[in-house]
Amino acid sequence: MFIMLKLRSGKNMKMPESFLGYKRENGRAGTRNHVIILPVDDISNACAEAVANNIKGTIALPHSYGRLQFGADLELHFRTMIGTGSNPNVAAVIVIGIEPKWTKKIVDGIAKTGKPVEGFHIERTGDIGTVMKASKRAQEFVMWASEKQREECPLSDLWISVKCGESDTTSGLAANPTVGNLMDKLEPLGVHLCFGETSELTGAETVCAKRGATPEASEKFMKTWNSYNDFILKEATDDLSESQPTAGNIAGGLTTIEEKAFGNFQKIGSCKFIDVLGPGEEPTKGKGLYFMDTSSAAAECVTLQAAAGFNIHLFPTGQGNIVGNPIEPVIKLTANPLTVKGMGEHIDCDVSKILTREMNMSQAGDELIKITIRVANGRLTCAEALGHKEFVMTKLYRSA
Amino acid sequence: MSQTDLIIHDEKDNVAVVVIDKTSKNQECNGWVMENNKTIKITSINEIPLGHKIALQDLREGDTILKYGHDIGKVVKPIKKGDHVHVHNVKTKKW
Repeated sequence: MFIMLKLRSGKNMKMPESFLGYKRENGRAGTRNHVIILPVDDISNACAEAVANNIKGTIALPHSYGRLQFGADLELHFRTMIGTGSNPNVAAVIVIGIEPKWTKKIVDGIAKTGKPVEGFHIERTGDIGTVMKASKRAQEFVMWASEKQREECPLSDLWISVKCGESDTTSGLAANPTVGNLMDKLEPLGVHLCFGETSELTGAETVCAKRGATPEASEKFMKTWNSYNDFILKEATDDLSESQPTAGNIAGGLTTIEEKAFGNFQKIGSCKFIDVLGPGEEPTKGKGLYFMDTSSAAAECVTLQAAAGFNIHLFPTGQGNIVGNPIEPVIKLTANPLTVKGMGEHIDCDVSKILTREMNMSQAGDELIKITIRVANGRLTCAEALGHKEFVMTKLYRSA
Repeated sequence: MSQTDLIIHDEKDNVAVVVIDKTSKNQECNGWVMENNKTIKITSINEIPLGHKIALQDLREGDTILKYGHDIGKVVKPIKKGDHVHVHNVKTKKW
């Protein structure tokens, strides 16, 4: 049940060798067993929500896009839709779109995983007929999924994504390095890891680039960062002082984007990234740490990481970002004692004792590993218990 | 171990982060350097809240603020040792 893990420091650590997950048809494992009702486009939200209301235990994932998109923006839309349905935390999927072509494209993409998926389109049938047909299928799916049992899965089946939010200086001092400590301990076990937030590495970009495991990975990172920075410089009216750092960041003591970036960067510990992923792109180079090109807005970033197949998320916060995701459980940790005191219902892991030196970074990392495995086994996160299901598609530019 | 009032990431840093509720005027603060486990003492010359930064030395306009041992911005108004360091006297070098 337990393995002794040799740490980089030379010490040994006792660690569970498995978690209880849902084994999927394609060999991946889920930490959750959702049946989702996925609208292809904005105008199919009502139908999807009606089905989820009819059939208990299913969840609809309404969003704002999916019409008249084109080029790379349309590709990203399909990648996010198909990736979300394909995530191992999802047992089965109902896809509902206004017309059959794009609906089928998404159904076919998800079907490659081998999981149950069926599409419905509204044209020629209307909302009411579509809701009836889709509800019947959704009922079959959810009753089938309800018999799935959790089984022992190796820890290497965990795909862990990270993103911080409403950061303050306590994030860089303690909460983010706690995540880094976890990464240092779990990376040798063969987990997949992912960090993103291209814009929030500004100021630390050259230091981050040096963490590429290969010259190609480093080069790809700089290319990605430069492209994002060019976009920001083109669109910014004066500077980003109203957005980066945010008002919450500034209240928490963060002064500049550079300071925020070096704090952010603590999340990867001493790991090196093996590849750079486009937004929502599934990693293909095996175990290890990946960088993903994402916005630094919490819900957008987590939605993209979930679409890439990550099945559990770590979210360090300073001032108290409350984000959740409908399919990927989001574990919050903070080192800010005022956040623990004022909004403790959002905090899964309190590491504020690092600041008073009653806890060291390695102990905090161990605590976070424990809660991560408990959540992987099925313990609800605060965000899940509070009903946070922020599903936010990234849109690259205006529709046609 | 006496209470830690400030934490410094790296020995090269010229700022520390307040980790108590707030410092008071003329309080002698205990600082802990995470990188090498050394401790320092510095007097806070005004109230500085939790999470905000205190200058470990006098800083002139144009000087670079070092935190994590790295450049995090430039001084835009002179800062005295023990003073509050934030958006009123430090700006980004980016954007």
